[in-house]
Amino acid sequence: MAVLIDKSTRLIVQGITGREGSFHAKQAQAYGTQVVGGVTPGKGGTTHEGWPVFNTVADAVRETGANATVIFVPPPFAADAILEAVDARLPLAVCITEGIPVLDMMRALAVVRQSSTRLIGPNCPGLITAGQAKAGIIPGHICKEGRVGIVSKSGTLTYEAIHQLTRLGLGQTTCIGIGGDPLIGTSFIDALALFSDDAQTEAVVMIGEIGGSAELEAAEWIRGNFKKPVVGFIAGQTAPPGRRMGHAGAIISGGSGTAAEKMDALTAAGVQVVRSPADIGSAVQGAL
Amino acid sequence: MKIHEYQAKAILARHGVPVPQGEVVLSSAEAREAARRLGGGVVVVKAQIHAGGRGKGGGVKVVKNGDEAEAAAKFIIGMQLVTHQTGPAGQKVQRVLVEQGLTIQRELYLGMVIDRSSERPVIMASSEGGVEIEKVAHETPEKIFKEFIHPTAGLSPFQTRKLAFALGLEGNAIAQAAKLMNALWDAFRATDASLIEINPLIVTEDGQLLALDAKMTFDDSALYRHPDLKEFRDLAEEDPLEVEASKYSLNYIKLDGTIGCMVNGAGLAMATMDIIKLAGGEPANFLDVGGGANAEQIKNAFRILMSDHSVKAVLINIFGGILRCDVLAEGVIAAVRDLGVRVPIVIRMEGTNVEQGKQMLRDSGLNFTTADTMSEAAERVVSLGK
Repeated sequence: MAVLIDKSTRLIVQGITGREGSFHAKQAQAYGTQVVGGVTPGKGGTTHEGWPVFNTVADAVRETGANATVIFVPPPFAADAILEAVDARLPLAVCITEGIPVLDMMRALAVVRQSSTRLIGPNCPGLITAGQAKAGIIPGHICKEGRVGIVSKSGTLTYEAIHQLTRLGLGQTTCIGIGGDPLIGTSFIDALALFSDDAQTEAVVMIGEIGGSAELEAAEWIRGNFKKPVVGFIAGQTAPPGRRMGHAGAIISGGSGTAAEKMDALTAAGVQVVRSPADIGSAVQGAL
Repeated sequence: MKIHEYQAKAILARHGVPVPQGEVVLSSAEAREAARRLGGGVVVVKAQIHAGGRGKGGGVKVVKNGDEAEAAAKFIIGMQLVTHQTGPAGQKVQRVLVEQGLTIQRELYLGMVIDRSSERPVIMASSEGGVEIEKVAHETPEKIFKEFIHPTAGLSPFQTRKLAFALGLEGNAIAQAAKLMNALWDAFRATDASLIEINPLIVTEDGQLLALDAKMTFDDSALYRHPDLKEFRDLAEEDPLEVEASKYSLNYIKLDGTIGCMVNGAGLAMATMDIIKLAGGEPANFLDVGGGANAEQIKNAFRILMSDHSVKAVLINIFGGILRCDVLAEGVIAAVRDLGVRVPIVIRMEGTNVEQGKQMLRDSGLNFTTADTMSEAAERVVSLGK
């Protein structure tokens, strides 16, 4: 079970010959993921670290039977890389790239929304199904197979949560980094809906941050639809208004998007909200 | 990236938004000349700083002639202008915009941002111009009208008509408003803006629509394709330490507290600030050294943290995924030796090669405090910083 990615996933890497793409392709394979090839325009027909390289995503899909892609393409070309994955009808595209212009992302998302491709990210660490497979940069060795799902806007804070759970002997199903940009492919609600239908996932950790209203919308949805226990943490309780805190989407503007309003909304929806990021693991332990 | 009002007006005018005639000047003598060139009658002298609320802070003066314009400019240029957005220290005014005086019949509001929920740009209009739009949104949300711009169809004529009618415009003003809104969308797209605000948009006594004030912010991720916009950056408006940090791709924001922190990843960096506060301290900064920080970057980060003299203790919180803990330890030891760091340092690290990293810190002979958990680290650093 688990969601989105597992042992049977056949993954390609867009940007496989780049430093990041190459490094994380190897890491993914070492974790047990079936990495079946990669795409770098102009290098089709060659091999890289033993993997076949293709000029286009369509070629890669036809030749390898891939059903997922992870994108490590520089920001000016990343939105196009997403569109190419959609055009090749890949069911899953994971975009790690940080710094894609918002208007590029807006145009790409308009196409994604009309397609059958699920996009994770951009500006995210990707996802991992513990003990099975990963697409992205989440370190595999901190994960342990189990029954907790994680959905998060942040990278290292996700690792922190995984680590706390693993230390307490609590394993994970799938950990999904949805990304810290203002426009992203998969929302908290989308991820929660997947966990809702997954029999193996018994509890969920949801990590949000200041900026936007995605956590408020998720709270509303949880109240009416989600039956499993949720532990929540919102980063940026001490963030000053009007300043962008690292992530493009993490900004309190016009008094909205504060941690306090998100924590209140989640609490009202029945989520167990922890004030300290050090308490995520123990709160899950209590909830199970 | 933020820019000044006069720069925003120049960009908007280029795209067809009507703006008052005016000139930006650096001295009071030039202000007199500018007022003379504008006809010698009533002009407005406006402080140019990035923060809003300039009028209430005394940074905007309406004057009757060139003499008065000179006096107003003399008063404003060089002042520390304090507004609700500048903080108590205020912002030094370097230049003023001298603009023709206009007789105002109505003050409206027009704004454009990307709406995250609908994933589209939204154009917002309100009949309540000249006041803070957040206040209008809070108290009388029914007075804000919105139209969402289709990613491919763009801004349609029916949408600009709807907004013009909602604003209560009549006759020729409807066509003017439609043209102006299209110009706004043009400017937004052409510059990769993240926000455009015209507040107020005025209707003059003779029925002309003009942008009396203008604010523009740009998408930092898109600046690479707008070399012309980079010229508009005003470093005097930014914190010097933040400018320095940006040179090394460090994400640093200065805050008012005494506990410095150095973290990898934006989410964990915010969470570290939060846990410092929960332990009874106040964070001195936000600092994300990024996922792939090397020894050189850690040294630069330390140098910037140490330039803030209110820092009494430092918390380093690193989750080593890609960044290995031994590499981090090496960087920290080198930086502390090179820079002769005197304040207490608490290090909490987890992840790849953590034991090796901890051993290196112990063997260094330097005065580090290590902690196993985030809460322990926060408590230690707060007590050491007292």
